[in-house]
Amino acid sequence: MSRISSAFKKGRPAFIGYLTLGYPTLEMSLEAAAVLAESGCDILELGIPFSDPLADGTTIQRASQAALEGGITPRRCLEAAALLRGRANIPLLFMSYYNPILALGQKAFCAACREAGVNGFLMVDLPPEEGENLEAEAKNNGLDMVYLLAPTSTRERVRLVAQHSRGFIYLVSLTGVTGPREALPPELEQFVARVRPETSLPLCVGFGIAGPEQAKRVARVADGVVVGSRLVQLLEEPQPLEKLKSFALGLRKALDSIRG
Amino acid sequence: MPLPDKKGRFGDYGGKFVPEVLMPALQELETAYARASAEPAFWSRFHALCKDYAGRPTPLYHAHHLSQQLGGAQILVKREDLAHTGAHKINNALGQALLAYAMGKRRIIAETGAGQHGVAAATACAMLGLECIVYMGEEDIQRQSLNVFRMKLLGAEVRPVASGSRTLKDAINEAMRDWVSNVQTTYYLIGSVVGPHPYPMMVRDFQAIIGKEAREQVMAAWGRLPDYIVACVGGGSNAIGIFYPFLQDEAVKLIGVEAAGRGLETGEHSASLMAGAPGVLHGSRSYLLQDEAGQVRPTHSISAGLDYPGVGPEHAYLKDTGRATYVGVTDSQALEGFQLLCRAEGIIPALESAHALYYAAQLARERFKEELIIVNLSGRGDKDMQVVANALGITL
Repeated sequence: MSRISSAFKKGRPAFIGYLTLGYPTLEMSLEAAAVLAESGCDILELGIPFSDPLADGTTIQRASQAALEGGITPRRCLEAAALLRGRANIPLLFMSYYNPILALGQKAFCAACREAGVNGFLMVDLPPEEGENLEAEAKNNGLDMVYLLAPTSTRERVRLVAQHSRGFIYLVSLTGVTGPREALPPELEQFVARVRPETSLPLCVGFGIAGPEQAKRVARVADGVVVGSRLVQLLEEPQPLEKLKSFALGLRKALDSIRG
Repeated sequence: MPLPDKKGRFGDYGGKFVPEVLMPALQELETAYARASAEPAFWSRFHALCKDYAGRPTPLYHAHHLSQQLGGAQILVKREDLAHTGAHKINNALGQALLAYAMGKRRIIAETGAGQHGVAAATACAMLGLECIVYMGEEDIQRQSLNVFRMKLLGAEVRPVASGSRTLKDAINEAMRDWVSNVQTTYYLIGSVVGPHPYPMMVRDFQAIIGKEAREQVMAAWGRLPDYIVACVGGGSNAIGIFYPFLQDEAVKLIGVEAAGRGLETGEHSASLMAGAPGVLHGSRSYLLQDEAGQVRPTHSISAGLDYPGVGPEHAYLKDTGRATYVGVTDSQALEGFQLLCRAEGIIPALESAHALYYAAQLARERFKEELIIVNLSGRGDKDMQVVANALGITL
């Protein structure tokens, strides 16, 4: 059992928190990650910024651009993850687009992830059809490569992703880009129910989740909840770390309230 | 074996690198295109529109004055500037709009750089009664304001894109985000041989009408194939369109002209094939202008239509196999080519096409009188008056 899959415990929905590395600064994103790890977050999803994040909404676009302007690179993200590994005792998962990984080299990237203590990654623009090489390198280095499913995924594709994904499956809650929404789609429960019989992997739902109420709705059917853009937005407010901490604790409490 | 293969690959290039939400849509598109392109009725509809609506075939004009002036090879100009809307873009827009219609999609989105594809898409949508939304970078909106007005007249909504470099690349990002969000109801009418499979293949198939006509025309008028074909390459659709029907004719040399901007050595250019490295952007693997960390680099060209950091995957394949060669022409050289054609032949070319013209003129000088060079004059230059005037230091 991988470190990522062991973060899922029966009857305790997992909280996966996303942050863009290097935003607002590298130091700040590391502090924020450490705060999340101490405040009920079960898996840290760390974004390696890309210049053309076409699956992301305005919040993560802005964060990525600012982080790149601040000089963030995949190598610095790896160094940051290694530092974080010393401070946070929960699984670390990279999230990125394929090109920065290709530029670094798939083999080199996976080896560096292992050395830094990163446990896996997901690539937004790399479906299983194109992921063979990176999957093989991930496996060689004991990393989980997580694939995504969307509400548009056909049964055939659900099976394909179930076959290839490791650690968990990331279910994109809506047909759209990242970013908090007023409401999640009404079909969400059906979507999760449609995937469930096809796999024994934990199912985590992300995209659009803005707060505890939506998280609770998701956690009633899924094994984990991913919150991303909302956390990034909190870092833009005054007293960001305090706000992040109280948001994370609130979310944890909401998730715990529906256990069993 | 015909390319792309089943995975949408041209050798190592192409493929489908998109978020999962789009994968089913690409499969649907592949199936719909396979079905449509197997039906003679689809193609007869396409050809009828190309003829009666877009004014095809476009002439292959022997530029005698220019050829005489240069004193070398004969330059033949494929007059895509005379196609409806003033550029080759209409061929693809008609083909894809017909496909979208057949698929029952009534909301069309498109991206545009110079505005030529936006105008072509808006035109095809107006004619077929489809809703049309065009994403365009703010910088391009500024330098191509005439085309923005044309799109609006044609009933399209033009959405300014303020992210990133505010040019074509970012317009594609934003169109993709729209597609991700509205995939069930929306058809993405991409304007070049870029993007995920099946776009590079489909756009090529629609644009190949340029090369098919040119082949017949040169055979009819000269009784032989040309020695060279020269075309500008941004995304590369006009170039693939004219190259494709000649790929098997090994004696015909194919030359793609990239925008060398302020010079390759300055880093301010859009020459992906000459100065880039393989990478993944906008759904396919191809040559890409990127930094050592894999971030896409800002580009520059005097012509908005060439100002793009990527290039169609089939060009990447043609480069690696050596079947086509790729060269660079700078902003100032393109301006020279632009003025040359205006004065020698009374034809005002688009700045994009002026890159190809400049190179063809240089080549013609070095070649024998008996040799034939076909230049794809991909569009007309009316849209570029402001930019050319500025570059020449003239206030309009």
